[in-house]
Amino acid sequence: MALNKSISLLFRIRKHLRNKNQLCTRFSSSQPNFPGAKTSWTEKLQFTDSSSYSPIPVYRVLDRRGNVLHPAEDPKLPDDVMLKMYKDMILLNVMDKILYESQRQGRISFYMTSYGEEAIHIGSAAALKLEDLVYGQYRECGVLLHRGYTLQEFVDQCYGNVGDMGKGKQMPVHYGSKKLNFITISSPLATQMPQAVGSAYALKGSGTIVICYFGDGSASEGDAHAAFNFSATLECPVIFFCRNNGYAISTPVLEQYRGDGIATVYKATQLAREYSIKENKPVLIEALTYRVGDHSTSDDSSAYRSPEEVLEWTNDYPTKKFRFYLETKGLWNEQKEKELLTVSRKEVLTAFNAGEKKLKPKWSELYTDVYKFLPPHIKKQQQEMAVHLQKYKQHYPLNSFSS
Amino acid sequence: MASRNTLTMLSASGFGKMLARRAFSTSRAVAAKQMTVRDALNQAIDEEMERDERVFILGEEVAQYDGAYKVTRGLWKKYGDKRVIDTPISEMGFTGLAAGAAMAGLRPICEFMTFNFAMQSIDQIINSAGKTFYMSAGRVNVPIVFRGPNGAASGVAAQHSQCFGAWYAHCPGLKVLSPYSSEDHKGLLKTAIRDPDPVVCLENEILYGTAFPMSDEALEKDFLIPIGKAKIEKPGKHITITAHSKAVETALEGAKLLAGEGIEAEVINLRSLRPLDMESITKSVAKTNHLLSVEQGWPTCGIGAEILARLMESEIFYHLDQPAVRLTGADIPMPYTKSLEAAAIPRPEDVVDAVKRLLKVK
Repeated sequence: MALNKSISLLFRIRKHLRNKNQLCTRFSSSQPNFPGAKTSWTEKLQFTDSSSYSPIPVYRVLDRRGNVLHPAEDPKLPDDVMLKMYKDMILLNVMDKILYESQRQGRISFYMTSYGEEAIHIGSAAALKLEDLVYGQYRECGVLLHRGYTLQEFVDQCYGNVGDMGKGKQMPVHYGSKKLNFITISSPLATQMPQAVGSAYALKGSGTIVICYFGDGSASEGDAHAAFNFSATLECPVIFFCRNNGYAISTPVLEQYRGDGIATVYKATQLAREYSIKENKPVLIEALTYRVGDHSTSDDSSAYRSPEEVLEWTNDYPTKKFRFYLETKGLWNEQKEKELLTVSRKEVLTAFNAGEKKLKPKWSELYTDVYKFLPPHIKKQQQEMAVHLQKYKQHYPLNSFSS
Repeated sequence: MASRNTLTMLSASGFGKMLARRAFSTSRAVAAKQMTVRDALNQAIDEEMERDERVFILGEEVAQYDGAYKVTRGLWKKYGDKRVIDTPISEMGFTGLAAGAAMAGLRPICEFMTFNFAMQSIDQIINSAGKTFYMSAGRVNVPIVFRGPNGAASGVAAQHSQCFGAWYAHCPGLKVLSPYSSEDHKGLLKTAIRDPDPVVCLENEILYGTAFPMSDEALEKDFLIPIGKAKIEKPGKHITITAHSKAVETALEGAKLLAGEGIEAEVINLRSLRPLDMESITKSVAKTNHLLSVEQGWPTCGIGAEILARLMESEIFYHLDQPAVRLTGADIPMPYTKSLEAAAIPRPEDVVDAVKRLLKVK
């Protein structure tokens, strides 16, 4: 695109042409020697498309009934770790149900559920260290949950109340936590991808990595290509975690595969992390999944997929598979499941009720955090608002704000 | 009515006298050491990289090629691949990378070959760098400098010749600088690099090779110019002329011509576009009672429009003896034809013409 670039390219081509002898040797050699590729010659002209080579097979650990297919691949996690993972998956589900309903009732403006993708969140989160930096896209609240973000913190963020660490400055589900090394969600798609590479560059050699989640739809953004390119050339310890649920909101991708599951995600992330740190190289994990819920509360997925399709996938739910696995190990049963559901529901509702009652952050927070130090012109706006509110307080719902 | 309108160049004066425009005034004081803007920028970056290990620069051809405009000359040899990084041709990619590096504790200087190409990455600049501090409620700041040539260049037509001052100055969360002299460039860039917030530094391609005097103080390693403070380049009592970047030169040359006719103009070099130093402007207008704003950018929602609007909203409005006037670039994409290009941005004689019309002097 740059004018200067195309000129310098021209020079480069001319420089090559000048040395004709060298050029002749190049093209007569047994292998092509172009600077941009290492490959072989062919005398057959043909199109290369997706049917020309076999796709990458899908890695799996468990079958649909939760049995380990190959004993060597069993992650063999400690019981308490597995139970926490399972409980977090269920809790995420229960929280989603309640917060989704609250959006439908007009209590919050927006919500996004994670139905069907729980294994991705919890499995990858469990394989990472807390020091590892997370760049989410927006559907990764299970990662935060597993890292220790509390139900109250989730609810408070969605309500933008005084308990929200973000001081009510972001729309619902745009979580962020410096303490848990989770960068605040950015709405424009894929902007997190080059940023994740930048952070990985900054963290290079520190023994920690960056994980960057994105959906298959985001992979179409130009940022994605730039991010992959940079991560490789700058040799950054970053895991690109693609949640391929087959739909870019409503646009389906052509091929779909089955075979996700928490053990798979855990194993893959663990291996990717080790490799990335050791080699200072980026790794791409494509997690093939199915988003059982709508894209967001602004979406109605029945417009682009059939209820039968959704039902079929509901029966192949990763939580179910993991439950079977735990049952075969004697760690879980129907009774425990019932108890967990009741407790989870109670916990979420407690947080929900508390969150709804909380006041909004102080109105003057509106003006803070635009810059590190409050500049005079913003301070002036803040003061003007204070004077205005003092004068007309009876017309404003000031008692719903913290003071 | 007409006096309240912008004097865009093609309408105001004829095309006859445009040839002299490219000749710079060379009558500056020669007592101090002379330094080009390019070298001043290079010195600022070098000093700050030496001072703070977290500072690094990235952009297209900044390393081995020394930068498209040689601003980073010698830095790659001195600091190596780790801190002087050549990037692929992907503005949104490397801008995002810089934003991420800043969020993780580094202090990137993100060079754009020109700000025209930064439009590819404007989402990263405004939505990510500019808003992350707010969206994280003050927990994640993005100390980053976006810099590169901005504004009208020479002979590169519509897509490479435009001012983005107003674009970035529009956005809360960003700080926007538009330096003029070598001292400005050095002192402001150094402050920008040390600033905790994202700063956009709009340089000018034609000024890169221009030499300006550098005071002894400006040659020091701790020479900083505060963000948000304008500079009175030339004091005067009859009219205040505000300008930024290369238009300061136009304003000064116009003021020189006016001085020959007994009109003493006070020329204010804005230096910062966000925050805008209205205090210096209003102080000056209280003294001169007249205001002309000069810029190379377009008139609509421009820097001049902002200054005039703020003046009108303040008490200082009553100090004006005549309506204030904007002198701006013509409201068209930059033409390629050399003679038309010259006529599309304000020239010194246009400043003279506008001042005389404003002061009602023949």
